[in-house]
Amino acid sequence: MTMTDAPTATSVIGQRLLRKEDPVLLTGEAVFANDMKVPGALHMAVLRSPYASATIVSIDTSAAAAMPGVRAVYTGADLAEQWAAPMPCAWAVTEDMLNPPHHPIAIDAVHYVGDGVAVVLADSDAIAHDAIEAIDVEYDSREPIIDLDDALSDRVLVHPDLGTNSSYTWNLLIEETDGAVQKAFDEAAYTVSERYVQQRLIPMAMEPRAVVSIPQPFGGDLTLYTSTQIPHVLKVMIAVTLGVPEHQLRVIAPAVGGGFGSKLDVYAEELLCVALSRKHGVPVRWNETRSENTVATIQGRGQIQHMELAADADGKLTAMRVRLTADMGAYMQLITPGIPLLGAFLYAGVYDLPKAYDFSCTGVFTNLTPTDAYRGAGRPEATYAIERAMDALAAVVGLDPLEFRRRNFIRKEQFPYEACTGLTYDSGDHDAAATIAADMIDYAGVRARQAEQNVDGATKRLGLGVSTYFEMCGLAPSRVLASLNYSAGGWEAATVRILPTSKVQVVTGTSPHGQGHETSWSMIVADKLGIDPADVDVLHSDTTIAPLGMDTYGSRSLPVGGVAVGMACDKVIDKAKQIAAHQMEANVDDLEFTGGVFRVAGSPDKEMPLAAIAFEAFTAHNLPDGLEPNLEAQVTYDPPNFSWPFGTHMCLVEVDIETGAIEVLQYVAVDDCGNQVNPMIVEGQVHGGVVQGLAQALFEGADHDADGNLRTSTLADYLVPAASDVPSITTGRSVTPSPTNPLGVKGVGEAGTIGAAPAVMNAIVDALSGLGVHDVSMPASPNTVWNAIHAAQSTTSPNGGPQ
Amino acid sequence: MIPAAFDYVRAESAEEAISLIGQHGDEAKFIAGGHSLLPMMKLRLAQPSVLIDIGRLSDLSYIRDGGDHIAIGAMTRHMDVETSDLLEQHVPLLAHAAGHVGDPQVRHRGTIGGSIAHADPASDLPATTLALGATYIAQGPNGTREIAASDFYQTFFESALNADEVLTEIRVPKMNGAGWSFQKFNRRAQDWAIVGVAAWRNGDQAGVGLVNMGATPVLATSVAAAIAGGASVAEAAEQAAADADPQADLNASVEYRQHLARVLTRRALETASA
Repeated sequence: MTMTDAPTATSVIGQRLLRKEDPVLLTGEAVFANDMKVPGALHMAVLRSPYASATIVSIDTSAAAAMPGVRAVYTGADLAEQWAAPMPCAWAVTEDMLNPPHHPIAIDAVHYVGDGVAVVLADSDAIAHDAIEAIDVEYDSREPIIDLDDALSDRVLVHPDLGTNSSYTWNLLIEETDGAVQKAFDEAAYTVSERYVQQRLIPMAMEPRAVVSIPQPFGGDLTLYTSTQIPHVLKVMIAVTLGVPEHQLRVIAPAVGGGFGSKLDVYAEELLCVALSRKHGVPVRWNETRSENTVATIQGRGQIQHMELAADADGKLTAMRVRLTADMGAYMQLITPGIPLLGAFLYAGVYDLPKAYDFSCTGVFTNLTPTDAYRGAGRPEATYAIERAMDALAAVVGLDPLEFRRRNFIRKEQFPYEACTGLTYDSGDHDAAATIAADMIDYAGVRARQAEQNVDGATKRLGLGVSTYFEMCGLAPSRVLASLNYSAGGWEAATVRILPTSKVQVVTGTSPHGQGHETSWSMIVADKLGIDPADVDVLHSDTTIAPLGMDTYGSRSLPVGGVAVGMACDKVIDKAKQIAAHQMEANVDDLEFTGGVFRVAGSPDKEMPLAAIAFEAFTAHNLPDGLEPNLEAQVTYDPPNFSWPFGTHMCLVEVDIETGAIEVLQYVAVDDCGNQVNPMIVEGQVHGGVVQGLAQALFEGADHDADGNLRTSTLADYLVPAASDVPSITTGRSVTPSPTNPLGVKGVGEAGTIGAAPAVMNAIVDALSGLGVHDVSMPASPNTVWNAIHAAQSTTSPNGGPQ
Repeated sequence: MIPAAFDYVRAESAEEAISLIGQHGDEAKFIAGGHSLLPMMKLRLAQPSVLIDIGRLSDLSYIRDGGDHIAIGAMTRHMDVETSDLLEQHVPLLAHAAGHVGDPQVRHRGTIGGSIAHADPASDLPATTLALGATYIAQGPNGTREIAASDFYQTFFESALNADEVLTEIRVPKMNGAGWSFQKFNRRAQDWAIVGVAAWRNGDQAGVGLVNMGATPVLATSVAAAIAGGASVAEAAEQAAADADPQADLNASVEYRQHLARVLTRRALETASA
């Protein structure tokens, strides 16, 4: 199925169209939630706990309440009656999962630095911020628990009422016969046992969160503008949590400046703004500051991974054991507990593993900001662990890492491949992707340069890192989600409406916040209907305009939402065809539709453009009997499978072993996401994704002190790389269309992030392996690299071991 | 990210600035480019009640040949220092170091006087002018005085400037063809140095300034003394951390900082000696 030919030149699909979203974004015309002018709105500010674990003894709000311009001050106790239910967690991963009640404002105890303690409503944002400084809270602080292993020991409890810090343990044991895993390890020719740490990351969307809640005090309706990825899910959750009638709620995600999973959530401030705007009968708005964002918005990753691999004498994998400890933080947010389990199905990576897989994950509470989805969500972690461990095992077997991988790839002819986990990988050609990447980076040439350069005494060492990946995306078949006990479905809705003048409106249930859906959906529609993409308008992210939707996350929008758009086009064409047949007095089955024109087979003079039919459908003067006027069709599509993009990334680094400095010399990303609607957008996703993965490897980490204070709470301390800090990325592709959807597409939003961190870290360890370095922790800061070299040198000869 | 309330006044001359700060006392702060002070105010780490804006004192923006030195007005933007032909010719180390401050936006707003008066040991220009043996000119209610760079830095963010003085000029001796190097080690291009080294050498004369190696910018006198005493570059560089008392932070342990100072000093002196 692999093909590298470009789609036909006549099709808009595959063209590098500039994004129609960009002019309003680049000129500042786009309206973000905090840009909205809302007369009479009160500004909310949240007082946040400076302690990671404390009982609230007393709160004196009198000084704040007396300040000019302050309209109200509330504590958690004051608002306790507002909540019909605690903050929602939609993913109880086990029946006995522990999930302590979590309220938008802490009622009697705080459990992380940043936990909300009181709120102020004032006439301006500045007054509200001044007023929260005037609130006097007396805390009785306790020892917090920060370290994951420490938390697992239950030495100190985050939630004493629970009696343990372990929320759940989720197991997946797949064995052909009982004891197959242990038997494989007993009989293995080679084994490795590795421990990796996925540091916590701060998603750091360019736009922090912002909320504006506008009630209609007498009519009862309420409109919520919020910087979210999930207006539809949020509407349901607000109805459940606040008891607001769902039919009176309208949720709008206006222009949203990035999310990376951090806005796939139901947040305290959204619920507070809704509750307080209803209580006061006036609009209430809140704008998150950057530093506030680092503690009040979820963080990503936060896992300790134990990986054990077994291989036979030929270097073929025979079994795998995975033990995860996953940091939940202080509470469960919307899908916190499920994040590490999204990786459970990917630890075998792109490799042909027999049914000898033993996975177990324990979710643990700590006194830190809750974790939740962050670009890749469980899958980058899994890919990191298997790809790092494959390098470790290749070293033990004595094979080149790429050759070792090739021995274990699922072969092209094995697809569709039923993985040991029971999921079916729809398509793939790992050998081809690896070969393209190896050619692009000149794998053999680099290995030769490396042998020449990395000699004893050399200060600068070359390292070449390989990572291959499979991504499970396009969330998701609803029945699979049900089997994982997830409380929602994975379908997506689309409406295609041809207006009387033949312009087209598309209503999509996806909620773009940077992905370019307006452009890509327009291209899908233009291709189907034979019109100009400029004649298509895409409506989204407003639950009244687009009432049905499951929103945007998990690289789902194109393989689920985009496919639904294409199917709705097909339905519209079917209806238009009936009208055309009627008007041309032809048999429906004799009609062909190409380039926006219906033609009667065998009668070249008989044709009718879609534009003419659109007007006929509008006037309804001459329609077939029983056919409803207008050209509009709606589709709700539930995918039969995930989509499975894959690829190979390679990274060449040079490490200065005197200083620990790392320079990324070359980065090659070969990604296969099936058919590409707009290759420019695909490359943009890969570039951004790679930089985010590379950032985890080299730069970023949420660093907390022993008291649970975040030490990286500004962009001066939390090192998001800028353009000057990352290499030029060379992208390549193979095209293996997905056989499970009619567009043949797969998601690509997370692919770069998934491939990058292990490629970079494998390169660094490869550069230093001659010095006896076996592993380097992330982020590989120069100091960390220098420490790793020193630790290795103290156990080997001064100039390093043999190359 | 929202500063506490403050009053704002703009000075039209150095004299007016001095008079205004005398009037408002300790609670007032001068603001020039604002690239050090404003972030601290947004985090509410600094809460001056009055800002005296000296950003419009354009008569303090100049780079002049002073014979044996180059005189730089305190309000000169980093970008102007970086691109000055006069500095390129006579004090290339300073021009080059100015090109490493922050990012282009910062260099178009930030001023050399603001950077020095802020006395941040992690900033590039304090250590560079210290290595070059600069003299700073301060103007107060009773006239002007000269302060040697080596006497200027007291501790974190504290200088020998009196509360009612404003820094008006930086005088940097001409390098007379000395070799030089500026080594800035950081994780991102826009960041403060984890460790930085500004070094020059002319025969057995050398000057080495260290960035972010203690509570003040550090003049590595032991290194200069070793060079003067005939030590090799490698031997002299071993003394790089001898005069420093660095602290640990998220980017570097104390030992690593000391190590970096030695490595970067060696590399800087190798370049300066070439």
